[in-house]
Amino acid sequence: MLRASLRQVSAALKEGRVAPTELCQRCLALIKSTKFLNAYITVAEETAMKQAEESDERYKRGQPLGILDGIPVAVKDNFNTAGIETTCASNMLKGYISPYNATVVQKLLDQGAVLLGKTNLDEFAMGSGSTDGVFGPVRNPWSYSKQYKEKSVPKSHSEESDWVITGGSSGGSAAAVSSFTCFAALGSDTGGSTRNPAAHCGVVGLKPTYGLISRHGLIPLVNSMDVPGILTRCVDDAAVLLGSLAGHDPKDSTTIQDDFEPFELPNLTDVSKLSIGIPKEYHAPGLSSEILALWSKAADLFKNAGAKVVEVSLPHTRYSIVCYHVLCTAEVASNMARFDGLEYGHRSDMKDSTESMYAATRREGFNDVVRGRILSGNYFLLKQNYEKYFVKAQKVRRLIANDFVKVFRSGVDILLTPTTLSDAAPYTEFIQEDNRTRSTQDDILTQAANMAGEQGQELNCFPLPSHFTCPVPLGLPAINVPTALSERGLPVGLQFIGRSFQEKQLLTVAKWFEKQVQFPMIQLEEVKRHDSGVFQHQKSASFS
Amino acid sequence: LAPWAPVVGLEIHAQISSNSKLFSGSQVQFAAPPNSLVSFFDASLPGTLPVLNRRCVEAAVMTGLALNCSINKKSLFDRKHYFYADLPAGYQITQQRVPIAVNGCLSYSLCIDSKMSQMVTKTVRIKQIQLEQDSGKSLHDDTRSQTLVDLNRAGVGLMEVVMEPDVCCGEEAAAAVRELQLILQTLGSSQAVMAEGQLRVDANVSVHHPGEPYGVRTEVKNINSIRFLAKAIDYEIQRQIEELENGGTILNETRAFDSKLGCTVPMRDKEGKQDYRFMPEPNLPPLILYDTKSLPANMNHQQVINIDWIHERLPDLPSVKRKKLVEKYGILPEHSFTLLNEDGLAEFFESVVKRTQMKPKKVIGWILNDLLSYLKQHSLTVKESPVSSFLLGDLLNLLEKKEISSTAAKQVFAELWKGEGKTPLEIVKEQKLGLLQDQKELEQICQAVIDGQENE
Repeated sequence: MLRASLRQVSAALKEGRVAPTELCQRCLALIKSTKFLNAYITVAEETAMKQAEESDERYKRGQPLGILDGIPVAVKDNFNTAGIETTCASNMLKGYISPYNATVVQKLLDQGAVLLGKTNLDEFAMGSGSTDGVFGPVRNPWSYSKQYKEKSVPKSHSEESDWVITGGSSGGSAAAVSSFTCFAALGSDTGGSTRNPAAHCGVVGLKPTYGLISRHGLIPLVNSMDVPGILTRCVDDAAVLLGSLAGHDPKDSTTIQDDFEPFELPNLTDVSKLSIGIPKEYHAPGLSSEILALWSKAADLFKNAGAKVVEVSLPHTRYSIVCYHVLCTAEVASNMARFDGLEYGHRSDMKDSTESMYAATRREGFNDVVRGRILSGNYFLLKQNYEKYFVKAQKVRRLIANDFVKVFRSGVDILLTPTTLSDAAPYTEFIQEDNRTRSTQDDILTQAANMAGEQGQELNCFPLPSHFTCPVPLGLPAINVPTALSERGLPVGLQFIGRSFQEKQLLTVAKWFEKQVQFPMIQLEEVKRHDSGVFQHQKSASFS
Repeated sequence: LAPWAPVVGLEIHAQISSNSKLFSGSQVQFAAPPNSLVSFFDASLPGTLPVLNRRCVEAAVMTGLALNCSINKKSLFDRKHYFYADLPAGYQITQQRVPIAVNGCLSYSLCIDSKMSQMVTKTVRIKQIQLEQDSGKSLHDDTRSQTLVDLNRAGVGLMEVVMEPDVCCGEEAAAAVRELQLILQTLGSSQAVMAEGQLRVDANVSVHHPGEPYGVRTEVKNINSIRFLAKAIDYEIQRQIEELENGGTILNETRAFDSKLGCTVPMRDKEGKQDYRFMPEPNLPPLILYDTKSLPANMNHQQVINIDWIHERLPDLPSVKRKKLVEKYGILPEHSFTLLNEDGLAEFFESVVKRTQMKPKKVIGWILNDLLSYLKQHSLTVKESPVSSFLLGDLLNLLEKKEISSTAAKQVFAELWKGEGKTPLEIVKEQKLGLLQDQKELEQICQAVIDGQENE
């Protein structure tokens, strides 16, 4: 039953076939026995059980709060959780207990979800491997799957050194969902940090439109691009999470004012009215031939089903990585300025002066990656450099956004692209290149969606359709759908990008595609041992 | 020696009078226990976001309108970065690129001579008004080698009023700031009490020879009153002139005013050139204001800020009030300045005028010469006056009806000042100050005096 979808298990709870406490206990037990994955930084056993007990009571009274009542979930450790440590996988916040809940966390709790714990990530969400956090790297559950073990030739006799990465930076959340320890997890997505690990871990990863979900309580990386990400086992589940999290938050001035209507996804049967765009520039250098072939096959799938499939061009794609780096590091330098050891977090013992205390605290608290980005960002923000780099990058960002506008205006409904360049790399290979190089390569397919939008005119880049601001949306919705297994037996996903605030259309198409490809379920020994036979799914036909 | 032209550019920070801070809901209150008015956002807890306080925007719009500025219908927020113990986020949210109001002017008046008999009107151009956060306070405890940080003030809304360098001496600066203070207090947008830090003035001072380019300027800070503002500026002008005439140079530095010594000294804490690495504030959308023309049909003034709506409801500014006083009561313009300069004095004057038959032109003398000098002597405010407007009105009636002489009236006034609760009539009776009106009685007294003289 741990392998069921969120909707299925919710129905089981409602029908009394399983109790929230039982579900919670099983998840906690599975977390323990999959500890080697290092997906969780903090497991909140006591509070989770308490929440489960309260959920029990509500079900007994026949008054569940909704579809999420009693559902075990996990949250990336860069979301504030009151009373539970929030570390961002950094020495700077080790031991930091926030006094408040992020809005999205509060919403989950208000609907009765059971918060199992905080998941692992790259330090302060900077990275694409979930390997650069202070608590160590996250291991991809697929490393231990039957499918991987059968297909790949082990480099050594030890499982220890053959494991592959989850991707990042929301690797812990992706691994948690993938290994069935929770039914949904929150990640964050700035340049692909939800979709990338989703692709590598074979789960659905949704990045909603910027401004749809509140960022209050999400410790920011790039305020103008960050979005809370949703990781689930299937597209329908993602729609459920979206429905429970989206909507205006007065505490976050960048959320749109318009009311959000939660929706159920229709079962699309006729795709003939659909126009799918294939951006040719996404045939990026380094794209594996496997994924290229899969991408092509997917396009054919739509074509054969009657949809219009057209090649489109997003000519400024090749500038987007550089542009993203300038804007990202600049905001990082700014956002990290608050970590001085004075009000909270790590404080150095250095006492010579306030300045020396600041310097020592920040050197001790941040890893190389964070410090590197702060230095770069400050460089770009210097008065003499601001026009050359920051303003230039904003202008390029507008050009990138206009590329998408043009394409969507020409009649294309959804864009179909790869999510990653290849399947998950073995850890030993991955760490041979530095974080910056890796991010440059890995983010290439995902970060344009964070920067793009329709009519991105403002240099200030983020307006929303509300009274106080200009009516221009930004930050397109995008989703990773697990598609097939690679030759090595590892998941490969494809990405769909939609129009701003058109999540319903995006998810409807994604759901249709998911149904067509019938991505196989991961076969993990540990899970078999923990699971009862109620919901055993054996997906036979697969798309590869 | 060629004449020197001093140039003074004032930067004024006025704390906005509001219940809560500019971007968070914590309270604004003077002298509260340390760190008792600090929200999560004020403490810069990670993940917190700014939410703009509508009242602060309205205060800035009112102030901009009162200073004849153009209100920018779209203005932006920026981050200004520097590290300091009283700045928790490591940056201040301000408006550097596009502030809320620009291109205004402030008119103020000066007395040409010391007798307050001739006033001249001057103007100073307002470059811009911007909304920004105040910082917390840090106290250096040298004995224990530590810095104590109080964040109560961190995040309180400020209006920074930047003036063009149109002022040329301490007296002008003082008059301009005084007028600004009165305007802010009339609007209610700031209580502008310098002693409580609600109004802070920095002066940029330089000197040059007319026709030549501007000289190097210094920034003078730490000025706690309008009186010290004039002193500090005049001292600094003099210091610069002397320095240059002796062949020295002026450093582009920040100097503090030492009120005890009456001079400016270099501030050791301020480093030379700071690069603030300005960046747009990504968590705040552009601030959009409307006027009646641009207001969308389905919106009312409660949902958005309508500049015209605010304009219609502005109270009479000091300059208008003064004009009205002069027109209504026939007093001199200089008188109207003094009336408005003392909190409550204009109301006191009008109250006395109502009570007495004496002409306002005569009443004003009693207000400005007698009442005011007594108040100043005893360091009292108008509200604290032991002589109420009613009592003074009654006294002036006795004088007007010629029941007492003017000398006697002054004696009665001195007696009233003791605040023993006696009415003017009672004092007159007690001290036998009543004027004799009886002709025959007067003749008898005079005769007696003459007779007395002859005997000697």
